[in-house]
Amino acid sequence: MVDIKIGEYVELIIDKIAYNCEPVFDGITAGVEWIVTGLQGILNFPHPIIITVLFTLLAYWLLARPYGAFTKQGWKAGRGIVIFIFVGMFLIGGMGFWEETMQTLALVIASALISLVIGIPTGIVASRSDRFEQMVRPVLDLMQTMPAFVYLIPAILFFSVGNVPGVVATVVFALPPGVRLTDLGIREVQEDVIEAARAFGCTDRQLLFKVQIPLAMTTIMAGVNQVIMLSLSMVVIASMVGAAGLGERVYTGILQADIGLGFEAGLGIVIIAIFLDRITQALGVKKSTTS
Amino acid sequence: MPEPKIVVKNIEKIFGKNVDKARRLVESGTPKNEILEQTGCAVGVFDASFEVYEGETLVIMGLSGSGKSTLIRCINRLHNPTRGKVTVDGTDVTKLNDEELRRIRQEKFAMVFQRFALLPHRTILENAAFGLELQEMELEKRQEKARDALKLVGLEGWENVYPEQLSGGMQQRVGLARALAVDTDILLMDEAFSALDPLIRAEMQDELLALEDRVQKTIIFITHDLDEALKIGDRIVLMKDARIVQIGTPEEILKEPATEYVKRFVENVDMTKVLSANDVMLKAASVTVGKDGPRTALHMMKERGISNLFAVDKSRRLRGIIAADDAEKAVKEKAKSIEHIILDHEAYKVQPDTPLEEIMPLMVDLHVPVAVVDEDNKLVGIIVRGSILAGLTTKENDETTETA
Repeated sequence: MVDIKIGEYVELIIDKIAYNCEPVFDGITAGVEWIVTGLQGILNFPHPIIITVLFTLLAYWLLARPYGAFTKQGWKAGRGIVIFIFVGMFLIGGMGFWEETMQTLALVIASALISLVIGIPTGIVASRSDRFEQMVRPVLDLMQTMPAFVYLIPAILFFSVGNVPGVVATVVFALPPGVRLTDLGIREVQEDVIEAARAFGCTDRQLLFKVQIPLAMTTIMAGVNQVIMLSLSMVVIASMVGAAGLGERVYTGILQADIGLGFEAGLGIVIIAIFLDRITQALGVKKSTTS
Repeated sequence: MPEPKIVVKNIEKIFGKNVDKARRLVESGTPKNEILEQTGCAVGVFDASFEVYEGETLVIMGLSGSGKSTLIRCINRLHNPTRGKVTVDGTDVTKLNDEELRRIRQEKFAMVFQRFALLPHRTILENAAFGLELQEMELEKRQEKARDALKLVGLEGWENVYPEQLSGGMQQRVGLARALAVDTDILLMDEAFSALDPLIRAEMQDELLALEDRVQKTIIFITHDLDEALKIGDRIVLMKDARIVQIGTPEEILKEPATEYVKRFVENVDMTKVLSANDVMLKAASVTVGKDGPRTALHMMKERGISNLFAVDKSRRLRGIIAADDAEKAVKEKAKSIEHIILDHEAYKVQPDTPLEEIMPLMVDLHVPVAVVDEDNKLVGIIVRGSILAGLTTKENDETTETA
């Protein structure tokens, strides 16, 4: 039998990187930590009621906006989310998971932001270069299909334990749909509109920002939604490397075989998930033109 | 002849990698599909040359796949021609770098597309102002120009709606407004009306013709519809299989089709739309008031076997018509002059460029010939039923003689 020791080589490479690039990782650690703790501070600082009201307003505005926020149709579209958030947040508070929920939210927002900041520009570049797309595609496949636990090992080596390796592992896992859907959305823009813009003498930059991105927006927003949902799905796994929040409570529930704790924390994650899903889906809805 | 506005010289566009081989094959007369099989290259346009003059409407017409859309795109270099030269106002477009190309597209060309190609996320006003926005004109100024352009195409009051709320015809008006707003000399129209239903289409054609009078533009118009080409074009470039097969005025193309292909193409055309009074009129026999008497008139009619005769004054201005009966009576009464037997003939006068389509209905109830007069009311010819029939059948006769 041929003995191929990919594992050994990977380990060697990871060790070398961890040793040689320490300042880089320290920098990333500091940056990510700053974002996460900042967000956690912001979300945990005001009274839960204020946060709940703010979330409700945000969600209502996003959902009702396509029909006009103060119209009957707008209220019809937005009332569900209003009730849902009030009940959901009340439940979370009542179960005593407010702080953990806000920590989780901070982690998800931080991971999603970082994923999008990397993912959307990468998707734009991929849409403009077939060669780059071909290079990126297998990397994305690898990132998406490699079991998420596997990222945790090098993440700990590079970033020690805590929120940061959690965020990094989440970003790796959640990034691909952001790239893919941005790429797809831009490539799907109708050829004749692009031709028209060119015929009127646009620059590449004008083409991108005035035509391609606006027309790809619905698809890009579907990507944003995916990124956020995948980020959320990573919170339990990320808690294994010390990320705080609801995931950690679920993990504790698993370790202690505490069904009640696990279920309560899991319910909290579901509430956050539905909230985030609805508002990010609303981002992709075009303004209704029939009003 | 004035300097041409656009000169297209030996333009060739071959899509694919093996251009040289494909070119040799085209030159040896290999059909397009075989070239595609052998080399993987699609021949879009081959060796196309023509000129367009200032203010002219040139129609490029051919069936789909004949290369007309490729050809128009070579002019503003949406496609880069693989060979040949396009000169616009003395500038060789094929030699421009990206920046210069952008500038010439902004300054010289405006384009209208078959599928409108509007931006769905922008209002009509923003769409109409799009070309100006790309030129970085300031907001108020470009909106003002866009508003003017929208007014020109009859879309006043629709500024703040979105394209999807408009019908196809209205959307294309926006497309036209967008092209007019940038105020370029040249308008490229790629099957601009082909996606519209027939009624709206005819309406748009009429409006384009009316627009031409108001704004002086050099127009290159692409269509696969011969009737449209004949209606709009000052001259027509006919394409087949990537090559130009004939260039000429609508009449030239209809009357003297250069190849069997063109002939077949034009066979189904409604000739009454194409031919005008000029084409079917006969030399007019006439009597001159104040010179000829009733006897002369009667003599002329008898000689020619006709029962009516036009009367003109000494400078050949049309006075009216004389009937044989009246002339005979006048002769019996020994009248010297024909003045009193002239019937007024205002209603049956047409201009030399009046299309046959409009003359035919006149002929139906009419028992006398129609007079063709120029702008000074001078008689230049007459039209009788027989001459119309002769005009309409000439084409077919030619065909029979040639095939015989």
